[in-house]
Amino acid sequence: MTRRLPRKLGWNALGLIVFAVMIFPVFWMASTAFKTNDEIYSFNPTWIPSKPTLRHFSAAINRAYFWTDVKNSVIVVLATVVIALILSFFAAVALAKYRFSGRKLFIVLVIGIQMLPQAGLIIPLYVVLAKHSLVNTLTGVTLVYLTFALPFCVWTLRGFVLGIPKELEEAAMVDGSTRLGAFVRILLPLIAPGLVATSVFAFITSWNEFIFANTLLSSGSKQTITVWLSYLWSGNRAVDWGEIMAASTLIAIPVVIFFLLVQRRIAFGLTAGAVKG
Amino acid sequence: MPYLLVLPVVAVMAAILGYPIYYLVRLSLQKYDLASLITHQGTYAGLYNFSLVLHDTVFWHTLLRTIVFTAVNVSLTMVLGMLIALLLVRVSTWVRLLLTAGLVLVWAMPPVVAVQVWGWMTNIQNGVLNYILTELHVGNYFQHNWYATPTSQLAMVTSLIVWGAIPFVTITIFAALSQVPHELVEAAEIDGARAWRVYKDVTLPVLMPVVLILTSLSIIWDFGVFTQPYLLIGSGQQNTSNYLMSVYLYIEGFGKNQFGIGAAISILMLLIVAAMSVVYVRRMLRVGEAT
Repeated sequence: MTRRLPRKLGWNALGLIVFAVMIFPVFWMASTAFKTNDEIYSFNPTWIPSKPTLRHFSAAINRAYFWTDVKNSVIVVLATVVIALILSFFAAVALAKYRFSGRKLFIVLVIGIQMLPQAGLIIPLYVVLAKHSLVNTLTGVTLVYLTFALPFCVWTLRGFVLGIPKELEEAAMVDGSTRLGAFVRILLPLIAPGLVATSVFAFITSWNEFIFANTLLSSGSKQTITVWLSYLWSGNRAVDWGEIMAASTLIAIPVVIFFLLVQRRIAFGLTAGAVKG
Repeated sequence: MPYLLVLPVVAVMAAILGYPIYYLVRLSLQKYDLASLITHQGTYAGLYNFSLVLHDTVFWHTLLRTIVFTAVNVSLTMVLGMLIALLLVRVSTWVRLLLTAGLVLVWAMPPVVAVQVWGWMTNIQNGVLNYILTELHVGNYFQHNWYATPTSQLAMVTSLIVWGAIPFVTITIFAALSQVPHELVEAAEIDGARAWRVYKDVTLPVLMPVVLILTSLSIIWDFGVFTQPYLLIGSGQQNTSNYLMSVYLYIEGFGKNQFGIGAAISILMLLIVAAMSVVYVRRMLRVGEAT
């Protein structure tokens, strides 16, 4: 015990150092956002803002297109999530509850498509959308987001559908309902938490998306909020760091809140089966 | 019945992804530029685009650079992620909770936001990184430019990516560590095994499946990374000396309106990634088949 105690203290100290290093960029973002310009551009930076100000936040939300682009993001993200969720729910049920020929190929595609680098798809997607006059429209971006949201939702929901005990489903059928009736009445309520978790995660991925939005949406009033943010700072030109950090904080907050809600439920979908071998 | 259930997804995916991929193959065999984009008509060019790309040293240099970049990023992510996971087991509960909360917060940061924060921290004038390094007497970093050379630029991108990737790796490995049988570890310790031996012969074999999955995922992600290098180095600062695969493809193909050449590069890149995904997809297929 006497030998163990100092060792534990050592590990704890190391743990706290790792915590400080990892969290520092997030802390620095929030701290800068509340500082006055004098403090931000001082050669001897202060850790905590000595005279906290909301100036940078009001500058950010009053900058051109902030609210328009937030609205665009919300529209695209909601449309993507709703469509992806409805369509993929049925496919997830099929994967979890039925054996059918072609199932293996379907699984390979669902997983494989999620691995494709987005940059590799940007040219054909752009050219095809241009052909149908869908470049610089929110509809076009929503369609593109579905290419990654659908496979993700199918695979994640599959996991949640699997989690429902077969006995419950059978009990419903004994009671005289059809298989479809059993799904609707028994499965749906049970799977609701899974639907919420999946949709929140799809929400985050679409909200964070940059390359497609940046390529497909060219006019300021049509862009999403991540593209808006990327334009606040490009390269070496003089920029207002206080405002950028305030805007960054504002854009990160909804993601962080949602992420904290669902992280436990969802994060292991990508490594499903690996933990329990 | 199952076919009816998968039909909507299959139909939509065929339209929004299958059709574009068919189009990608067609584009790669055409001379397709800005004028073609307006008329929606390219001219057939056979394998000209592929031969152009494969005979271009920029392609091979970029490929090599991206492979080295991926190797460095994945190694750093896996080693640091693993070490922090092992640390999590050894600290007191309150430190563990604090550290886990911090990791989840970092995990939740949107990449575009993280890029802005990195840009600010490594800023030449008032970047806090230069201040801290100077204060710690690492050297004189007053107004040090972290974006002066391609290596330094990519090192900044690496630090950003590794920082953002550690939480996922650490938390997944930490979850897997709970599967390591306590009795086995204790028995080995009683037998006088050193910590390293216990880790190598008892812990690591149990973690292997998770480590394998995480490594292949990291390789796939880091190889195709776009947002971080494109925005952190700056779209105007991208050139043949710091290209990574995605950025190269984006600028040479899309930025310069050479859609045919871009399509050829895309196909080459997608094939490389598909080859790298085999391990991961097979593993996940077993998961899907088993259930």
